[in-house]
Amino acid sequence: MSELLNGRGLSLVPKSDAKQTMKDYKSDQEVRWCPGCGDYAILAAVQSFVPELGLKRENMVFVSGIGCSSRFPYYMNTYGFHSIHGRAPAIATGLATSRPDLSVWVITGDGDSLSIGGNHLIHALRRNVNLNILLFNNRIYGLTKGQYSPTSEVGKITKSTPMGSLDKPFNPISLALGAEASFVARTIDSDRKHLQSVLREAAEHNGTSLVEIYQNCNIFNDGAFDQLKDPEQRDDITLRLEHGQPIVSASKAVRRSADGGIEVVDRASVREEEILVHDAHRADPSLAFALSRLDEPAFEHVPIGIFRSVDRPSYDEQMAAQLEEAVAQRGPGSLDDLLLAGDTWRIG
Amino acid sequence: MTKQVQQLDRVIIRFAGDSGDGMQLTGDRFTAGTAEFGNDLSTLPNFPAEIRAPAGTLPGVSSFQLHFADHDILTPGDAPNVLVAMNPAALKANLGDLPRGADVIANTDEFTKRNLQKVGYDANPLEDGSLAEWRVHPVPLTSLTVKALEDFDISKKDAERAKNMFALGLLSWLYHRPTEATISFLETKFAKKPDIAKANIAAFTAGWNYGETTESFSVSYEVKPAQLPPGVYRNISGNQALAYGLIAASVQSKLPLFLGSYPITPASDILHELSKHKRFGIRTFQAEDEIAGVGAALGASFGGALGVTTTSGPGVALKAETVGLAVTTELPLIVVDVQRAGPSTGMPTKTEQTDLLMAMYGRNGESPLPVVAAMSPSDCFDAAVEAARLAVKYRTPVMLLSDGYLANGSEPWKVPSAAELPDISVPFATEPNDGEAFLPFKRDPETLARPWAVPGTAGLEHRIGGIEKADGTGNISYDPDNHDRMVRLRQAKIDGIAKDIPALEVDDPDGDARVLVLGWGSTYGPIAAAVRRIRKSGGKVAQAHLRHLNPLPANTGEVLKSYDKVLLPEINLGQLALLLRARFLVDIISYNRVRGLPFKAEELAGVIQDVIDSE
Repeated sequence: MSELLNGRGLSLVPKSDAKQTMKDYKSDQEVRWCPGCGDYAILAAVQSFVPELGLKRENMVFVSGIGCSSRFPYYMNTYGFHSIHGRAPAIATGLATSRPDLSVWVITGDGDSLSIGGNHLIHALRRNVNLNILLFNNRIYGLTKGQYSPTSEVGKITKSTPMGSLDKPFNPISLALGAEASFVARTIDSDRKHLQSVLREAAEHNGTSLVEIYQNCNIFNDGAFDQLKDPEQRDDITLRLEHGQPIVSASKAVRRSADGGIEVVDRASVREEEILVHDAHRADPSLAFALSRLDEPAFEHVPIGIFRSVDRPSYDEQMAAQLEEAVAQRGPGSLDDLLLAGDTWRIG
Repeated sequence: MTKQVQQLDRVIIRFAGDSGDGMQLTGDRFTAGTAEFGNDLSTLPNFPAEIRAPAGTLPGVSSFQLHFADHDILTPGDAPNVLVAMNPAALKANLGDLPRGADVIANTDEFTKRNLQKVGYDANPLEDGSLAEWRVHPVPLTSLTVKALEDFDISKKDAERAKNMFALGLLSWLYHRPTEATISFLETKFAKKPDIAKANIAAFTAGWNYGETTESFSVSYEVKPAQLPPGVYRNISGNQALAYGLIAASVQSKLPLFLGSYPITPASDILHELSKHKRFGIRTFQAEDEIAGVGAALGASFGGALGVTTTSGPGVALKAETVGLAVTTELPLIVVDVQRAGPSTGMPTKTEQTDLLMAMYGRNGESPLPVVAAMSPSDCFDAAVEAARLAVKYRTPVMLLSDGYLANGSEPWKVPSAAELPDISVPFATEPNDGEAFLPFKRDPETLARPWAVPGTAGLEHRIGGIEKADGTGNISYDPDNHDRMVRLRQAKIDGIAKDIPALEVDDPDGDARVLVLGWGSTYGPIAAAVRRIRKSGGKVAQAHLRHLNPLPANTGEVLKSYDKVLLPEINLGQLALLLRARFLVDIISYNRVRGLPFKAEELAGVIQDVIDSE
């Protein structure tokens, strides 16, 4: 069941008549990530889910920046643009704004989107261009061989921080909500079913969808998300966010706290009606923001799912509307009329 | 009293005042009247970057110079015949440019002790005899304006603010300018404030009448209309012409225009202008920064739009990496650099030609691209169409160079009809080009351009990117020989454009000049005016001006080598000279001044004469 208020994100993208399979979306290029990289799982999840959208393959575009994850477009048999570090949201903004008939996907990592490209990310989110941004968060720089990233935990020992990193990390969900993104979700590479369900909603959302995907880098930051994958503890740690459902894990629940915030408590200790029911469509993002803080500081309980999904006009549809309005008011432009507008005089 | 009317062939007026005095508006209106009257003209606004510098100070002085004539002219003029000084600061800042004998119309009301002290005058120069060599007309502009507006229901402050219209009225009388257009302009501008509109019109009329009746002006002047080629004319600034050129390029290429831009002086007016023309299907995107501006433009180009970004030097520096991406992905892109004084922030409102080497080489790797420069305000139109033609035909980013002088300066423009403009459309790829397969980097054998296959085209799905691509397939390649080949192919594609641009034309009426003056960009006017002076006095000099700086016209070397001496004035320290010396081993004589201002014709005439004399 869709959690979307607004499912017109693909309304202008032409549909395919032919039945598609995963194979249709695999390019002929050899995939060159390290064996065991979480990116493989995400690629397979995307390739196997996009046929369901039933779009014309030629109307899908994957745009990326720089980093391990940014090789992604080469492996999709669609149009693709592997651009430069941090700039994919800007490039995708120009593309999506001028081509509403395309389904545009941005593939980025934590360094690409939150360090060098942080500015473009927040502005894409506030503008609400019709894009899907998949942020592969492995909390490390992989392609440059293992420096700490803007999502690395404080004290991270890496090649560039032998005595531990000093700077506080970004929480991508909090950042996106702070920028008032209209669709914000988190999922994980190892849970294909959940990943695909989130991607489906993201694709159909009109406006910018930001999906943080926890992704394991088995070379430079192996096991970063092990608690969430370990069958012993994952069900206790993971707080499932489902619209209209109580926010709980196997053993914990979220409720309003006495100080006006929210808190995680032992599920057995609270009455069912005390448990906070998730409302992804709340216009005010502050409660979603509070949820995004529950994993601080150390992954004791991690909300997974769609934090926020609200209806807000997208930048590209509003720009198209202004163009249509201009034509409706004064008719289509005529070059001769334009050049001769204003004060002119004739000689001879 | 019947006043004497004197005929003049040309006049240079400079309006100068505080940046809040409305000098740019006054100049614009005088220009409109002059254009309507049919004189040829050229303008030079000069204003501080500060929006409102402290009132009455030297840094706060804003001026507008207008040169108009009964014949075709090329520059805003070297030295004013008339200075309108609205306050002591305006007098002090501009007196150095004023030849002895010129007229000074000074607003005596502002020559107070305090205002004089602000700019370091110990005594009032209007009274101490220090201006004896100029013809000074002291006019209490402010109090005359306030008096003329006594009966209006407006504040004293609003009445005082209308003094620029009084000055405009006086000057309009002095030079027999038509008044109707200014009156209707004021009615439109203040349509929502009819009292202010009436007051400004009254001030304008009062200024005119003051000229007619006062004894301090015994002579008025007539400058007959100029004989220009027949056609419909309008006055146009460089930024407006450039914006119109981009719109024309969009129409003539049948591609929707997408502008990604970040506000920056002196380029912002192009963004403002284009944002008004949405009914041409133009999308203007004010980005979060310079990088996003060019990134969005490139993304739009990938999608089949005419992607454009507009900026000045500091912005070009920020865009460099994305321009390199456009070079290697071989997508059309127009990068407009309205050059200003640098380095760094430099002097944002002042002009320079110092970005040529950045335009040529300011990227990592071997990343050649065409560079096109406009040579006059109205020529920005043609230069923009040409930049777009090259960008779409060769699938390459193009640097289009304007500068602050062209951007804000204006001149009459013989308006072309759309039918006269070239068709610059190119087809998108629609079919596989290698049997069943599509090779995104298989080149046109003639132009070496790759196919432009836009998303939405079935069967041509492909991936491009900044990593080196295999020749033909476009797949990632680290093969050494492939890289060498691709580097050379990209260079050969740009070099090959030399076959597709006009030869460098030389203006050498008698064909026996031994000295060539070469230029590029906005120096055209001053150089051509200087060349006329030399020829008028019997000297022989040839002139040539480069529109295409990369690649250069195919005959450039031949032209340079056919003269004994080549003089190259540039508003930089010799950037084009460096390129030409390296390429053609010609001993170019450089003349360089980097003052943030255009050259003066007299200055260049002297330099040319010196070179001729040294023969």
